[in-house]
Order: sequence, then C-alpha cells, then structure tokens
Amino acid sequence: MALEVSPVLVIIPAFNEEASLPATLRGLLEYVPVTQVLVVDDGSSDHTAAVAARSGVLVATLPFNLGIGGALRTGFRYAHQHGFAAAVQFDADGQHSASGIEALLAPLADGADMVIGSRFLAGSGEYHQSMARSRAMGALRRLVRRQTHLEFTDTSSGFRAVGPRALALFARQYPVEYLDSVEALMLAVQNGLHVVEVPASMQVRQAGVASNRRFKLAYHYLRLLVVMATSGPGAPL
Amino acid sequence: MTWRAHVFTLCVGAGAIAYVFWLVRRQGLRSKYALLWISIAVLLAPLAIVPKSLSWISTQLGVYYPPTVLLLAAVALLFAVSVHFSWELSRLEHKVRTLAEELALLRLEQSKGSVDDGD
Repeated sequence: MALEVSPVLVIIPAFNEEASLPATLRGLLEYVPVTQVLVVDDGSSDHTAAVAARSGVLVATLPFNLGIGGALRTGFRYAHQHGFAAAVQFDADGQHSASGIEALLAPLADGADMVIGSRFLAGSGEYHQSMARSRAMGALRRLVRRQTHLEFTDTSSGFRAVGPRALALFARQYPVEYLDSVEALMLAVQNGLHVVEVPASMQVRQAGVASNRRFKLAYHYLRLLVVMATSGPGAPL
Repeated sequence: MTWRAHVFTLCVGAGAIAYVFWLVRRQGLRSKYALLWISIAVLLAPLAIVPKSLSWISTQLGVYYPPTVLLLAAVALLFAVSVHFSWELSRLEHKVRTLAEELALLRLEQSKGSVDDGD
C-alpha cells in the first residue's frame, strides 16, 4: 500500500444520506484529490456506509445514532489519532462546496486554530433565509458575543476547518446535542483557541422554520444558557 | 391507627424489602442501590411499628402537623436520589457514546487491515 501524504482529513457526518452522498463525494474528490475523506455513518438505516465505501473513501460506522456531535467527534478522534494536521467538517447533503475548502484552510497556516465558513461575511454571496431563521441566528450571535466578547457573523455554520490544537480539544470533548456548532465555537474560544471567519457560499437547505423546530430552538437556546453559566475552568469531561 | 392498617403497612414494608432482595439476587440490581433502599426501609420501620413516634419527632422539631415531617423528608430524599440518578445517567451516556465512537474507529482500522492483506 502506498503511503499517502495527506495532512488534511475531510470529515462528513452522514445519517441516512445514501441519496445525496455520491454527488457530494464526487465533487469533493474531484476538487481536492490529495485530501483524505472520512464518512462517519451515524447509525444509518439505509445504505449510507456502502455507498460511501464504493467511492473509495474511509468509512467509520457507528453502531447506533449518536447525532451530529458524536459523529463529528468520531472524525476528530480519527484525525487526532492519525496525526492529521487539519480537519474539515463537511455536510453530506451538498450544502457546502468543495471549492471553498482552500479558503477555509488558508488561515490555519497563519496561526488560526479554527476557521468558520460564514454565510454572512462580505463576499460570501447570496444566502436567503426566512425572518424566523434570521432572528434565531441573531439571537445565537448575541449569545456568543456575550460569552466570548468576540463578534462572529455565522455562529451555527457547519462548514469549518480545525488545526492541531482544536483537533486535540475536539477529539476529547465535542458538544453532543443540537446547536453543537455554537457550543463548539464557545468551547474553542474558552480554551484560548484563535477562531476566525472566512466568507463561504452555501446552498440554502430549508426555507422556513417549522413550529416544532422553533420549540426545539428555544429549548436548545435555554440549554446553551445553562452551558454558558456552568462552563469555565474546572468543568469536567 | 387501626390494627388492620398497622398490619397492612408492615406487610407492604416487608414486601418492598423482599422485592429489593429479589432484584439483587435475580435481576442484578447493584448492591449499592439495594443498600440505599433497605436503609430507607430500616429507617422507616420504627415509624410503621410505633406510629406514635412520628408525633414525638414532630414535637421535637416544633412541627404541629406530624405528617408534614414525613412528607418533607420523603420529598427531600426522593429529590436527592433523582438528582443522583441524573448525574449517573449523564456519566453513563458519556461512557456509552465514547465506546460507540471507539468501536466505529476500531472497525475502520480492522477493515483497512483486511484490505491491506488483500493487496
């Protein structure tokens, strides 16, 4: 087996994504042939793992569904254990574009520990969303500002790159519940990591916020308040 | 309290202890939890045998209505137990998640190994 020099691991959490995964992987492998790709099959009931394996990428299959946070931590663990210099988290459903990875990785070389691909930074292109959704995002932005005293435009973006220090942290500890991206951002800042944003264009996934999603958001917003109130030096896990 | 109620409470108490013992012996209930519930039973037993003792305790505490003492103690105890269980559940969930992740990665290494052998 040829030893490949591939310092960047692209992590794709996938839960029942057999339909969209082939196109996503094709786009990814075309654009960045040197990068290694790891699909984390999050306990899917469809053929996600088989479809991914057919594309020739690495596949880690979780025995049951852990949610996106658990799937991501599995990927970070793999990257950390195998000495990858960086990892990129990438959506299976095609909302992220492979061409944005290069811009995402660039700040890591300049000392950033974590880079967030932002939909709302100047130069990120059009991203339309409903009123309810943008209000929710505003609330999350203010929450993060209050906790970190830093300004981020897109706190819940799932298009991110992390360097070695962030990898070491996230391999050990990554938020497990919904809004994990917001929590992970706060966790990184709290651990003294340098987090920056770059513009990124994304496909819109859903048009509005369904009412049950509003309750879910409200619940997790309150949960984040608890996380903020209890986080700090000496917190376990 | 009538003697019937008296016998009834004693039977329920004895039944509860027997049930806890059975759970430990047959269903693998951890002995630490058995000890917890049996301790509670032992603490409550004198009250069931001599109901008047509750009045005596409440007088000592300066409480006018004796059942309040019992209810307050029960609520406090159950609260402590359920908070403890929430904590144990959190720990367990953390461990199970970590195991699941490690399992996925081990399977991945194993499959990589078998591919290498095939080459």
